[in-house]
Amino acid sequence: MAEQIKKSASSRKATESASRSDATANKDTKNITADLDSLLNEIDEVLESNAEEFVKSYVQKGGQ
Amino acid sequence: MGNSELVGWDYIDEHPGNDARGYSLDDYLFPEFETQLVNTVLTNGARYYVDHAHPEVSTPECRNALEVVLFDRAGEEIVRRSMQVANEGLPSDSEIVLYKNNSDGKGNSYGCHENYLISRQTPFTQIAQQITTHFVSRQIFCGAGKVGAEHRGLTGKNSNPNLFQISQRADFFEEEIGLETTLKRPIVNTRDEPHCDPAKYRRLHVIAGDANMSEVATYLKVGTTSIVLSMIEDDAFPAHLVIKDPVRAVRQVSHDTTLNAVIEMVDGRHLTAAQIQTEIIEAATNYAIRFGLDSVDEQIGNDVLQRWRNVVANLQTDPLTVANIVDWVAKKRIIEGFAQRHGLQTTDPRLKAIDLQYHDMRIEKCLALRAGLDVLCLPQDVMWSMVHPPSSTRAYFRGTVLQRWPSDVVAANWDSVVFDIPNQGLKRIPMPEPLRGTRELVGDLLKISQNPVDLIAKLGDGF
Repeated sequence: MAEQIKKSASSRKATESASRSDATANKDTKNITADLDSLLNEIDEVLESNAEEFVKSYVQKGGQ
Repeated sequence: MGNSELVGWDYIDEHPGNDARGYSLDDYLFPEFETQLVNTVLTNGARYYVDHAHPEVSTPECRNALEVVLFDRAGEEIVRRSMQVANEGLPSDSEIVLYKNNSDGKGNSYGCHENYLISRQTPFTQIAQQITTHFVSRQIFCGAGKVGAEHRGLTGKNSNPNLFQISQRADFFEEEIGLETTLKRPIVNTRDEPHCDPAKYRRLHVIAGDANMSEVATYLKVGTTSIVLSMIEDDAFPAHLVIKDPVRAVRQVSHDTTLNAVIEMVDGRHLTAAQIQTEIIEAATNYAIRFGLDSVDEQIGNDVLQRWRNVVANLQTDPLTVANIVDWVAKKRIIEGFAQRHGLQTTDPRLKAIDLQYHDMRIEKCLALRAGLDVLCLPQDVMWSMVHPPSSTRAYFRGTVLQRWPSDVVAANWDSVVFDIPNQGLKRIPMPEPLRGTRELVGDLLKISQNPVDLIAKLGDGF
């Protein structure tokens, strides 16, 4: 058991990016403020115009 | 991206047919058809190639979950840039469009694989059994959401095409464990190809996850799985937390957005995915106190643990409170809002179109970019990471030598770089240790080396 703890400690390495994560740690606790109505307005504008054809022709063969 | 010379991928150490259960299929498998013209290594240490019929990016090796998010984002931008460049060469009535998703809705699936470096000492059967519990239940916060089902369903009848489900990928798992990645896909993939010292390490090749558009979802997917794997290595995962029928449970969880589906455990209990996750989080909290989280990067590990606790608690209270983090919740919110606004039936093709377009890589079309998702990475860091490697793994060495001496490197792969040295021929530098070759260890050496000959002389026996 002691050896396993030592294994973990030996790989200790704080990275530069770690501090940034800390700074943003509270971000996702904020309230959802994105207004659904304005979001839907935007989607009305950008959604593929011929949805049926788009969905039908969307085929991807092969892949893991 | 930084230079015009493409360095080819070196296949010499590739053995995808090796099975973690102790045998190899290499002798029986047909060679994989991949054209080497479109298989290259980038200066950020990543691999960029064609897999079957689509472009695929492997991030460079990263030291923690936040780095993975950063290089996943960099990969997205590389793919986006490729798409733009490819389209400039096409007639105006043609366009190539790329989607970061895992299913076409017609029964064809393609993965978003994760890879974790783990100790060879841990018995594979233990890893497989315990990580399965996490793979089945983690879907509730890292599922990317999907309209429709591509599986006959739990009852054997054709499943409901109107279904909105949590995961893109859940319909495609048919086995608990196995070597396959394209047919009869297993929840735990046994490909044993560590790309490093095989006596010391395994690489757990994970095919069970979705491609996330949410940065925080990717962070949680990779961060929580790293913690769980560390717990398994230290024999600190709750031994009783075993799912009786994981293949069935994957779909049970995915097909139930109310999060009330109960899963039968081997110890006779019936738990929801959130309850399973809560027990794992409790064990992880104790693990962090007892062992520390250095193995996954202490600071990142603690941040992941805190967010993990919050997301699972909030999902149980009201999923809408995590619509800024969890892809399936964000997608479902848009689809339901759109259907309500326009008075649409659940079978309306516009709802499937929204599902697909959520993952569209075109900035002007991508719905995920409009969904109010939180971000973790600064745009300038993403741009930087498109051409610069992470400093904390051997990817630093790979990326840096490619940047400095692109015409001297003839090939590279995960665990070696091959130089063409004038009058000496090819010289392979092995990199069997993923956590060596870092900026800390070779940064100065690379800086003071005048050329590859000088570098090789200074490296001596390697690092």
